[in-house]
Amino acid sequence: MAISVIGLVVEKFDRKILDDISLELNSNRTIGLVGPSGSGKTTLIRALVGSQRIKSGKVKIFGLEPGSEKLRSRIGYMAQKSALYSDLTVRENLDYFAAIFGASKRRVGEILDLLHLGEHNKKIAGSLSGGETSRLSLGIALLGDPDLFFLDEPTVGLDPILRAELWKVFRNLKEIGKTLVITSHLMDEAERCDDIILMRNGKVIFHGSLESLRIRTNCSEVEEAFIKLASGGM
Amino acid sequence: MIISRTLLTTRRILQQVRHDHRTIALIILVPTVLMGLLSWMLSDVPNAFNQWGGPLLGIFPLIVMFLITSVATLRERTSGTLERLMVSPIRKSEFISAYAIAFSLLGALQALIAALVSINIYGLDTKGHTSAIILVAVIDAVMGTALGLLASSMARTEFQAVQFMPVFLIPQFLLGGFIVDRDSLPNLLNLLSDLMPLSYSIDALNIALSDQSLGGQYWENILIVLAIVLSALILGGLTLPRSSR
Repeated sequence: MAISVIGLVVEKFDRKILDDISLELNSNRTIGLVGPSGSGKTTLIRALVGSQRIKSGKVKIFGLEPGSEKLRSRIGYMAQKSALYSDLTVRENLDYFAAIFGASKRRVGEILDLLHLGEHNKKIAGSLSGGETSRLSLGIALLGDPDLFFLDEPTVGLDPILRAELWKVFRNLKEIGKTLVITSHLMDEAERCDDIILMRNGKVIFHGSLESLRIRTNCSEVEEAFIKLASGGM
Repeated sequence: MIISRTLLTTRRILQQVRHDHRTIALIILVPTVLMGLLSWMLSDVPNAFNQWGGPLLGIFPLIVMFLITSVATLRERTSGTLERLMVSPIRKSEFISAYAIAFSLLGALQALIAALVSINIYGLDTKGHTSAIILVAVIDAVMGTALGLLASSMARTEFQAVQFMPVFLIPQFLLGGFIVDRDSLPNLLNLLSDLMPLSYSIDALNIALSDQSLGGQYWENILIVLAIVLSALILGGLTLPRSSR
């Protein structure tokens, strides 16, 4: 078991952002956390990595407390914010985080190639376009050799070709035994995952495989299934 | 604590400063230029530059380093890099130590330049205690860094961090013996001034700028300031949140 969540509640300004979430997620899977903006995906990811204060409930990652020292070296995290040093160059950002994660210089080169950032090597991160910024942020999350990746909207703003390439990378990571939790507001991205978690208004409205979603809702498209589940048609 | 992660982070902070030419100018030039302005203002008043300039040599680096450190650390939080780091293998103590080392180095450089220029160009009379005066100025710059780190752990935005300056520094400036001799303060205020690190650094500077020999009192003041700096750094590390609301 990679992730266990029992009765998780998060409140911000007396408003429930996550409402009694319980999940059990296995290792070596790509898990798509899908829902519209404001559904609680980012808050759930932040609670799983230990950067979100929770009101009640229990979260365990590989049996450990989120944010604990033993766990942090096993986690790769891309936040929704770009979380880059905008006054450093692309290479300086990657070199610094590579050193923190214990990744080699060769790995930095691989990431630059993989995310088509080589030509921007010496550019100041603050001068990058939105898509380039997202790629660099994702590159930092992929630098180390963690067992579990939390990627919050990793493909937002990317062109379809790069998006397809990245999904290939995610699949390759899964094939070598990694677990990936990937959020997206794009319903079609759920179809690329082994497990789908559909969220709305801080609640999980579905958790299972694409096939079981289709069987349960009798819909072929995830978006159609989401509408059916959200409108209480099930 | 893993030293290499601390030093890597120190190097990264210094790299950021290197890219920011205005910050370099602020760090290096502001206290030196302000000391020059003071010396010019007081050029026709006998002994006044020594009386006011000596303590200010400790106060200017304190203010500049407080502001730069608190805003730089807050920027880590608002940009999301602090969250990324808090999820990575780096420890809070390594992060705080890196900031303390990086900005203390810059602060020490700043204080050193301001002191050397004040003594050799503006004519601050050190009574033969040049290194003792430079040491206090350097320690005050480090104190500004430590207090800035502490303030940033309490603030949620850069706006709040800047507003912490009057809270952390102005009372010290008023009660530290710069305007009125500490012994002349009402009892309660005198007691409060005993709790403030700047009081001890101004005491140390006054001893160094007087005709008397340095003696144990000077070193006692230095040790008290260093103990408060260390406490502020530890407190800054303890109050740095790994998670937020």
